[in-house]
Amino acid sequence: MLNPISLAFKKAKNEKRPALLTYTVAGDSSKKQSLEILKSISNYADILEVGVPHNTPVADGGQIQTSAYRAIKNGIKMNDIFKIVNDFKKSKNPKPVIFMGYYNMIFQYGENNFLKRCKKSGVNGLIVVDLPWPENKIFSKKCKKNSINFIQLLSPTTSNKRLKSITKDSHDMIYYISMLSTTGGKLKVSPKKILANYNKIKKISPKKNCVIGFGITEKTISNFKNTDGLVVGSQICKEITRSLNNRQNPVINVSKIVSNLRKKIS
Amino acid sequence: MKLKKGIPVIDQGDRLGFWGGKFGGNFVPETLKKPIEDLEIQFNKLKNDKNFIKERDKYFKNWIGTPTRFIKLNNLTKHVGGAQIWSKVVSDANGGAHKIYNATVHCLLAKRSGKKVIIGDTGAGYAGKMLSMAAKKFGLKCKIFMGAKDIKRQQPNVKAMKKNGADVIPVYSGSQTLVDAVSECMRYWVANCDTTAMCVGSTVGPAIFVRICGWSTSQISRELKVQLINEFGEVPKKIKLYNCVGGGSSSFGFWNEFMDYDKKQVEFIGVEAGGPAKSKRHAAPLTYGSKIGILHGAAQYVNQDSDGQIEETESISAGLDYPGISPLHCFLKDTKRARYTAASDEEALKAYQIVTKYENLRPSLEPSHAFSVAIKEAKKLSKNTIVVINSCGDAYKDRGILEKKLGKKYVKSN
Repeated sequence: MLNPISLAFKKAKNEKRPALLTYTVAGDSSKKQSLEILKSISNYADILEVGVPHNTPVADGGQIQTSAYRAIKNGIKMNDIFKIVNDFKKSKNPKPVIFMGYYNMIFQYGENNFLKRCKKSGVNGLIVVDLPWPENKIFSKKCKKNSINFIQLLSPTTSNKRLKSITKDSHDMIYYISMLSTTGGKLKVSPKKILANYNKIKKISPKKNCVIGFGITEKTISNFKNTDGLVVGSQICKEITRSLNNRQNPVINVSKIVSNLRKKIS
Repeated sequence: MKLKKGIPVIDQGDRLGFWGGKFGGNFVPETLKKPIEDLEIQFNKLKNDKNFIKERDKYFKNWIGTPTRFIKLNNLTKHVGGAQIWSKVVSDANGGAHKIYNATVHCLLAKRSGKKVIIGDTGAGYAGKMLSMAAKKFGLKCKIFMGAKDIKRQQPNVKAMKKNGADVIPVYSGSQTLVDAVSECMRYWVANCDTTAMCVGSTVGPAIFVRICGWSTSQISRELKVQLINEFGEVPKKIKLYNCVGGGSSSFGFWNEFMDYDKKQVEFIGVEAGGPAKSKRHAAPLTYGSKIGILHGAAQYVNQDSDGQIEETESISAGLDYPGISPLHCFLKDTKRARYTAASDEEALKAYQIVTKYENLRPSLEPSHAFSVAIKEAKKLSKNTIVVINSCGDAYKDRGILEKKLGKKYVKSN
């Protein structure tokens, strides 16, 4: 039986389109609202990345930082985040959930406890931004044992030798960082070049689902239709900030964007 | 956990960069793996290259002005009435603090690797000022990331950086101090690592930065050892080395050469920033038993909540206002080679008043923390004991704070 993440990719493939992955920060701007956002974008996205906010993020740009600080300021705790996922998974149309965050949060919770809670709440995958290969070898094995996808990251600076080792140790899904940037940077590399790197990865590892993230927005997404999956994060976080500033409902505005993103790749 | 003899501490990490199996490491985004590996290869080669060492020593001598003085504080010794109190006046170095050693070495490395831009973080502004000086000297463009709160309280150094042609980039996220400046600097490097070299301002960050910084500041103890032998004919039978500890670069450099001595002979005392006496906040993770966590790419004792969010610190001294601490010091603490304690804001100010009253020496607020503990302990020690305090920064940058807290007369002669 396919795990929920691979199944989501397969469904998208059957519809001849890339899977759409969204990223929102848990607890942004409140526990309740972030759950509502997940429920509503679940109608259009295939896999939902849920950001675990951390206050010293070394790879996030301004938009995601703003979301994370807002969530922390509003009192979000690790246990609340598990509860949000748990509630989301009980909703009408749940999708696979991937946690994305920094290792200290896992380290403080205890790796084993963390994975146990993930499993119990219905988290399907983990992206740990600052736990690269080979440092992540032991933890990624633990994830596998708990049927949780540990998602390895690849970047334009990853050497070919590393690329081979990392893909070999990866699970069903890998994440290609499109360019040298923090999240939310403007796409400063041509889509052609990004796709060339993407194809290089696919050639080495054809069976793994490879998604592209960083710099993907409503404007750029249609350049990448022939891929396994695409991640949009900062644009969504930015929309939440904009909505709050204009006293509009972020839930409605964000789901409009996600619906539009889906249309552009369908 | 054991300290090995005969091997430099900076080289005692394991294959993944962990000291004692648990401090340090490389908790970095995938994008930084390659530039970090490149820097590791370069540094490992150059640190044993005679020509490179020669080049380093040439700049250390002719430009930084080594050796810095080692002086007896006669009046203070008399006033305290216990051990002999000496000071290594590292603030003699070009620019007024120890940060110049690391900045110079990073610029030499950047030059050799063909990078045109160098970036760095700063708290008190010294790391930034020195990097801007060195960048100018070696013809590199320079960007300094600095918390908005620190920009306000350390204006003299900000002005110096700008004068040296550096861009000073204010950081408004989080507590707007050093911790956020380091994060922002690392983020900038993530996005520009193909063209830009990064200098981490202390013995913190991913393992290679800890090693380069420790290697650079060790100049201090190399000099001190020679000076001790000149003065006493040998390394004294009982000597205590006091140093403030924020990230831990000056203290590590002040101690490194004496690592293999028995601690009964050469004792290391690290003084962290205890913050305001009435506040629960502090910047003293070793003294107050903080748990191990990950900050800026390295595992270390760090102030954090139970979820792993890094806690805000509070200290009168911007240079010590950091929630974590070098993995090297975590290692020295757990192997019991060094002893750590804290001084409060008030105690540091008091020590500054005492030192400036009796001596022609103006330690900045950072070393004033070390003076505070040294003065207290020296009282109870015999006159055969040699107490040495690293006066690693000059108070010129603190004039605003000192004037506000102590009145004009304490800053006049600066």
